[in-house]
Amino acid sequence: MRQYSMQNNSVIEVENLVKKFGSFVANDHLTFNVCKGEIFGFLGANGAGKTTAIRILCGLLAPTSGKATVAGFDVYHQPNKIKENIGYMSQKFSLYEDLTVKENFRFYGGIYGLSKARVEERTNELLGRLELLPVLNKTTKSLPLGWKQKLAFSLAIIHNPSIVFLDEPTGGVDPITRRQFWDMIYETAIGGITVFVTTHYMDEAEYCQRVSIMVDGRIEALDTPAMLKQAYNAKSMDEVFLKLARKAPSAK
Amino acid sequence: MEKQRSGPKKQHFVNNIQYGITPLIRIMKTDKSVLVSEVSKHFGEVEALKHISFSVTQGELFGIIGPDGAGKTTLFRILTTLLLPGSGKVMVEGFDVVNEYRKIRSIVGYMPGRFSLYQDLTVEENLKFFASIFKTTITENYTLIRDIYVQLEPFRDRHAGKLSGGMKQKLALCCALIHRPHILFLDEPTTGVDAVSRREFWEILRRLKEENITIMVSTPYMDEAILCDRIALMQKGELLSIDTPQRIIDRYDQPLWAVKGDNMYSVLGHLRHFEGVHSAYLFGDSIHLATKGESVTGDQISKFIQQTHTSPVELIKIQASIEDCFMELMEPEQSAVNNG
Repeated sequence: MRQYSMQNNSVIEVENLVKKFGSFVANDHLTFNVCKGEIFGFLGANGAGKTTAIRILCGLLAPTSGKATVAGFDVYHQPNKIKENIGYMSQKFSLYEDLTVKENFRFYGGIYGLSKARVEERTNELLGRLELLPVLNKTTKSLPLGWKQKLAFSLAIIHNPSIVFLDEPTGGVDPITRRQFWDMIYETAIGGITVFVTTHYMDEAEYCQRVSIMVDGRIEALDTPAMLKQAYNAKSMDEVFLKLARKAPSAK
Repeated sequence: MEKQRSGPKKQHFVNNIQYGITPLIRIMKTDKSVLVSEVSKHFGEVEALKHISFSVTQGELFGIIGPDGAGKTTLFRILTTLLLPGSGKVMVEGFDVVNEYRKIRSIVGYMPGRFSLYQDLTVEENLKFFASIFKTTITENYTLIRDIYVQLEPFRDRHAGKLSGGMKQKLALCCALIHRPHILFLDEPTTGVDAVSRREFWEILRRLKEENITIMVSTPYMDEAILCDRIALMQKGELLSIDTPQRIIDRYDQPLWAVKGDNMYSVLGHLRHFEGVHSAYLFGDSIHLATKGESVTGDQISKFIQQTHTSPVELIKIQASIEDCFMELMEPEQSAVNNG
């Protein structure tokens, strides 16, 4: 945590962020930052408040109080600027299945206001990297799930956002494709795009540079996987997670 | 198109099945909860199941382990008589899924992958509803669901749609158990559920097993495989292996090493160029390196890594996990070039 907070290149800055729904406190004074090019793991049990926090950071929900900026834009006043500068992919929705691969790229490119030439350039670049150019004109629904997930990720970064949010991107994916997906995450981060990722696979938590663990609306722990394992005297991130999340009174 | 179950008139679909084997199946009725023989199912051009055969013994906790698209849900829908098999024979508790589906429906409990309770009924109303459908009451089989229901009780009057993921899952399980089924089909009960709730759910299954209920459960999480009595590893409509988790692990025949140290991602890239490498994958904070035969020594591996990485690495000989076995058995998705 220390080595990152020294730098002045945060892509996400959150300070005392609170979100209440009636009397229920979904996010209870969250404070953290995420740096440029970092792979940041955002973990927590079901109902811990992850989805609420992600929705706020994506400019979809206004916080109750506290400060949050994403890509330099304020979540209260510039939510649309945030949307232009982030990418988002979830397991649930990613691609238009009835469109071809090329049409999906054109659609997403268009949404983000890229020129025709730029869309073509990015399509070739991203598909080329995945060696998927031969399927350019195939309908996406005909493709294996693993490819769809990789395509969905490419679409989420078509506009070269400063940060991409991946919400359980590898759920249900076979173990080899899961690892190939993480290869993509690494390459993306090396290319300077920050990756903010949630997962229920605890082995994947080890692949993040830093990991935060939410319990009952609060961030209970935030550090590198190595430091967390040391702090909680645990052999694996799975153990760290169990030790922290079991402390929660109940998974309401 | 998908052939949906619409009543007895669909019986002609099985007329071509060899009835010669039926008496044998009847004899085995007391022993086998599920008997699947050469079952295939197509959806248009997609082959969802390809000649699947396996059986599940009464009281067994049997896991179907595989990623999305393996065919797990299709198989479960056939077993629960919601979908007709394309070909082959399926018996559940000695009853044929095509001819005797009504008998099967009253003795199975089914928890589909998608939450399918009534969202705008309360917890208690959902339970009562399912109890009345099966002509029973909550109190009649309360002992079976008590351990789970006590956790739900504080939310008795809450709408099912307003429950958290973990609680929805527990309610769905209660509803599937309300009539004390002989066999329970759980289709991906732990998908999208956090690591803690997943553990709790498996503890519940262990306790149900003691009640002598046969349980068939599917999951994409490889680490859950070890908790089953027997498992079938499934990919793209085919069963790759069926056995106890330990015997599947014992069959893994490559020497396997765990490599641990700094900068694992970069070490992995380097190791893939090692002459003695059979496969190398990241597993959490270490690399699992399978070598070609026993002749490759730890010394050789260390020396190779040190060509580019000077920081020390730890090397340990390890036993394979189910995930290692699955990756060894699975057929990689064909490259786009071959497919295009």
